[in-house]
Amino acid sequence: MAFPLIRVLDRSSLVFLALVAAAAVIVPALNLLLPETSPLHVPTYLVALFGKYVCYALLALSIDLIWGYCGILSLGHGAFFALGGYAMGMYLMRQIGTRGVYANPILPDFMVFLNYKELPIFWYGFQSFPYALLMIVLVPGVLAFVFGWFAFRSRVTGVYLSIITQAMTFALMLGFFRNNFGFGGNNGLTDFKDILGFNVQAQGTRAALFAASCVALALGFVICRALVTSKFGKVLVAIRDAESRTRFLGYRVESYKLFVFTLSACMAGVAGALYVPQVGIINPSEFQPANSIEAVIWVAVGGRGTLTGAVLGAILVNYAKTTFTTGMLAPYWLFLLGGLFIAVTLFLPRGIIGTFNHWQQERLAKRDAVSSEAATRAAE
Amino acid sequence: MDIRTTTSQLYLDNVSVSFDGFRALNALSLAVEPGEMRAIIGPNGAGKTTMMDVITGKTQPDEGDVVFEGSIDLTRLDEANIANLGIGRKFQKPTVFDMHSVEDNLVLAIAADRRARANIKWTETPDEKSRIDRLLETIRLTPARGRLAGSLSHGQKQWLEIGMLLAQEPKLLLVDEPVAGMTDAETHQTAELLKEINREKTVIVVEHDMTFVRELGVKVTCLHEGSVLAEGSIDQVSANERVIEVYLGR
Ligand SMILES: Nc1ncnc2c1ncn2[C@@H]1O[C@H](COP(=O)(O)OP(=O)(O)O)[C@@H](O)[C@H]1O
Ligand SMILES: [Mg+2]
Repeated sequence: MAFPLIRVLDRSSLVFLALVAAAAVIVPALNLLLPETSPLHVPTYLVALFGKYVCYALLALSIDLIWGYCGILSLGHGAFFALGGYAMGMYLMRQIGTRGVYANPILPDFMVFLNYKELPIFWYGFQSFPYALLMIVLVPGVLAFVFGWFAFRSRVTGVYLSIITQAMTFALMLGFFRNNFGFGGNNGLTDFKDILGFNVQAQGTRAALFAASCVALALGFVICRALVTSKFGKVLVAIRDAESRTRFLGYRVESYKLFVFTLSACMAGVAGALYVPQVGIINPSEFQPANSIEAVIWVAVGGRGTLTGAVLGAILVNYAKTTFTTGMLAPYWLFLLGGLFIAVTLFLPRGIIGTFNHWQQERLAKRDAVSSEAATRAAE
Repeated sequence: MDIRTTTSQLYLDNVSVSFDGFRALNALSLAVEPGEMRAIIGPNGAGKTTMMDVITGKTQPDEGDVVFEGSIDLTRLDEANIANLGIGRKFQKPTVFDMHSVEDNLVLAIAADRRARANIKWTETPDEKSRIDRLLETIRLTPARGRLAGSLSHGQKQWLEIGMLLAQEPKLLLVDEPVAGMTDAETHQTAELLKEINREKTVIVVEHDMTFVRELGVKVTCLHEGSVLAEGSIDQVSANERVIEVYLGR
């Protein structure tokens, strides 16, 4: 068998998957089945908020795959997330049909407003859900493939790679801000009505979207685990720690990088696509370079190269963000985030899960040393 | 391209490399026969490591040919291609994968399909397992197989890297300063190991340690300022006046 399950799903992975599965069932159940008066009732706005966290967690997972395991520090992953989001947004726009302000059956409102006479070619097909699904994966994937092909073949690494990924997302942001780019300019895409015929605002749809996000996260996690526990994953870590040594062993480093980078971009695209119907809008600010940097901080906080750490980091930091930015401390959030990053780099360089794993390994190693010492003594 | 076919395993012809105008290799020519072991000596900065960089595709020469097995022009290939032709390299500074176990370092090195797709589906075959067991015996690291390579001593890392080199099953081994930082006993064991390896494979060893080179008892080439200063047995070379002047310093 190609992927021995025991190898892919060790104990902590199973715990993680059980937690995600529990969340996928319990949160919607507490929302839909309990009356609003019950103290355990989860209000619908919280379901959407949690759904947003889960999407961020999937984005963090995709970053951890390339950064934590292969040393590729992308500071532009928000771009792939946003592209997936736009692809979903385009589907949602085309579902509005005649219910828009201008009641044009084909053209979304912003196009009528901007005097478009007909639908731009790249909007064709988006009325179909399967086509949109394909684009959600394909658009970020193709961009990442082309970008990575040039960058990895010319052996752009380290800070230089990080800088050009920032430039990529910045350039896309400028493009999407333009009205004549065909994606609604700075207002982006919004006022969605239906997804697959269900009202996006409805309680049941929200619950379903939350559950779908959990399923996507679990799936992404299993794919990442299967990769990083295979020999392919060992090669990734080898590239991370000693790239040129790996080349001299005969591995074509650029193909490995290109593969994970593209896969990671597809995962980020799926995360973005699930995010958009839950927050109800996608606009060019999602391409902001700062967004991509924030996502990297989530991974650093949770622990790079651990997968579960990326998820934990994304949820913790975003929970903190929600708490702070809705209180009086709101103006200080960015300072707090920066401070958090510095603190983690200085005092917890392995991140939360990384530190925990390390501590556990040390304990095991000590126990082994003690028992082997005892064994030698007994043998004497 | 008119590469003269030779019977040599490796043939460097008139190779020059400059870094910002500084000639690290200066019209260097060298021929190593199949099955030979060759020791390369020379003062610091003589160009020994640069020569290995050129052979393994890390550095492109400005001029000259590098021919492997009589007809393959190495200057047109990259590191991965050259490694897959059967040229393995041990670096001057021991470079193993610190965050992998000793065993996984060998798993990564062992001759197998290097393509991404094959390695996603990979599971260890019994044959690979027994080869790794044997290698661990050879490099005396069986008790450390599960330890992180980063936690090994300097000498053990050198040996692990030699083990990785063997695992690749190369035809030609390039070994850069293998005994730097080793104790006398370890140095002696390393000489024995290299001699054993040389029974089947062509080996080029760069080394400063004259006792070690003497112990190998093979043909010696002395480099100086990027070209060959003297070549012959260790006694001939160390009696050469120019060598004494520039290298032995007496
Ligand atoms: N990448 C490089 N850039 C600039 N100079 C280099 C580079 N690599 C080597 N050199 C120079 O080339 C000369 C030969 O170096 P090297 O081959 O490492 O010598 P050796 O291994 O014989 O001690 C040295 O003077 C070194 O400084
Ligand atoms: Mg050197």
